[in-house]
Amino acid sequence: MKRLSTFNVTSLTLGFAFLYLPMLLLVIYSFNSSRLVTVWAGFSTQWYGELLRDEAFLSAAWITIKVAVMSSTLATILGTMAAYVLVNSGKFFGRTLFSGMIYAPLVMPEVITGLSLLLLFIGIGLDRGILTIVLAHTTFAMCFVSVVVSSRLVSFDRSLEEAALDLGCTRFDAFRLVTLPIIAPAVISGWLLAFTLSLDDLVIASFVSGPSSTTLPIKIWSSVRLGVTPEINALSTLMIGIVTIGVITASLISKRSAVRAQKDAQAAERSA
Amino acid sequence: MRRFALIALPYTWLLALFLVPFLIVFKISLSDIALAIPPYTPTIKDGFSALIRGLDFENFIFLTTDDLYYKAYISSLQIALISTSLTLLVGYPMAYGMARAPAEWRATLMMLVILPFWTSFLIRVYAWIGILSNEGFLNQFLLWTGLISTPLTILNTNTAVYIGIVYTYLPFMILPIYAALDRLDDSLIEAAEDLGCSRLSAFWLVTVPLSKNGIIAGCFLVFIPALGEFVIPSLLGGSGTLMIGKVLFEEFFNNRDWPVASAVAVILLLILIVPIVLFQRNQQKQAEADT
Repeated sequence: MKRLSTFNVTSLTLGFAFLYLPMLLLVIYSFNSSRLVTVWAGFSTQWYGELLRDEAFLSAAWITIKVAVMSSTLATILGTMAAYVLVNSGKFFGRTLFSGMIYAPLVMPEVITGLSLLLLFIGIGLDRGILTIVLAHTTFAMCFVSVVVSSRLVSFDRSLEEAALDLGCTRFDAFRLVTLPIIAPAVISGWLLAFTLSLDDLVIASFVSGPSSTTLPIKIWSSVRLGVTPEINALSTLMIGIVTIGVITASLISKRSAVRAQKDAQAAERSA
Repeated sequence: MRRFALIALPYTWLLALFLVPFLIVFKISLSDIALAIPPYTPTIKDGFSALIRGLDFENFIFLTTDDLYYKAYISSLQIALISTSLTLLVGYPMAYGMARAPAEWRATLMMLVILPFWTSFLIRVYAWIGILSNEGFLNQFLLWTGLISTPLTILNTNTAVYIGIVYTYLPFMILPIYAALDRLDDSLIEAAEDLGCSRLSAFWLVTVPLSKNGIIAGCFLVFIPALGEFVIPSLLGGSGTLMIGKVLFEEFFNNRDWPVASAVAVILLLILIVPIVLFQRNQQKQAEADT
């Protein structure tokens, strides 16, 4: 019988305190009325007001969201295609190179990815701006998407797709009507992962962005370098809040669909 | 025809935006600064023979003459190694505790480990500035308890960089170790104890060897990105913290020496190839063991 010892409880408590205290302090001190960030001077929401009046932050946030939506959507399409090719296409010319190019960006230091893409964009004379950031983010995010999707595709029963083909579906229809609904959870989590990676990226964006396309992380970076400011604390709190709500909602939804799938399976067993 | 299009689209994308840029970095690392400074004309237009003639190893030789680079590589390796060991020390007990927790808690504990990963990396590093600075929370707390009488200098030292790396990469260490421990059959430990092992020696002789693959995977997942890390040493480290990612960034943006920055990138990549190949092999071995 498994039992939590005092040691287990202590290490879990300390570990989670280590993971969450820093963020908790950020959240608490974002409501501090003093500009001195480590001295508590009373509750106030003034920094949120100042943040929302700051045009530069708002436009950076808008650019970041636009880039993230475009690049994660593109990355999901390309990444799903790549995963499908890797899992189902068998041998083709240059397969090793292809899978190498899928896995390499996952471990590539961001400074190298950023540098190399910038040199490419300059080489072909492409002006740096939103487009170049989207291209860069799509490239590294599609690899993450394809890893997530291919792990689902591996366990997918191909005879289902073959059955659809036998019943007169075209290949594309078989994919759209049979395969896609089954791998949909992986595709959605791939999209979410790509979206988060794009929202979060500082290093690659610093290389490939132009003066008119400052993203939120670049903006945060330039003010954070000067030290802790209450506006950044407020912004961090907003971002932590959004992520927490998003992750909890997603896990509740997936829990519910898992329960439903279990019920379906039981019903199918009974009727069989 | 359809199959061809399906393969060709992601293939071409990766060739154009991953492989070609890479070759350009390699090429520029071998060219002279005057050629590569913006406005930089792509030498591919000048024809292949011109392209070959312009190449030399000057930038790589330059890297060996200035010991800044040599020191930066060594200290990156050192920092990555120390922080990986620290992450293992913090992560293993947590993964072990999670694996022994009641089944109904595990999903929640798992989510608590993953949640910080979805939060902005930059913000998680930033949070530590307010904690570690001279008048920060940690010093305030220690002064209040009376453990110290003068504030400790932690921010802008290597210690702060270790803390930052352990903090941000901890989930990468916990998840593979937890996955390995979760599959571990408890009866093996009971058998060891029945055969006269103490709890501790059962842990060392049975649990640790059986979670070896998880430990190896976790260490690589922390070590590889930590080696090229830029944000953490720039925000938490001081002027004395040398890390190669930071040197590359500064070489590029402050000194605008593109050929040298490219040469730094090429060598960083060569250093990374060893752990990456070892990691791949470990993953493959594990996948084979699973089937």
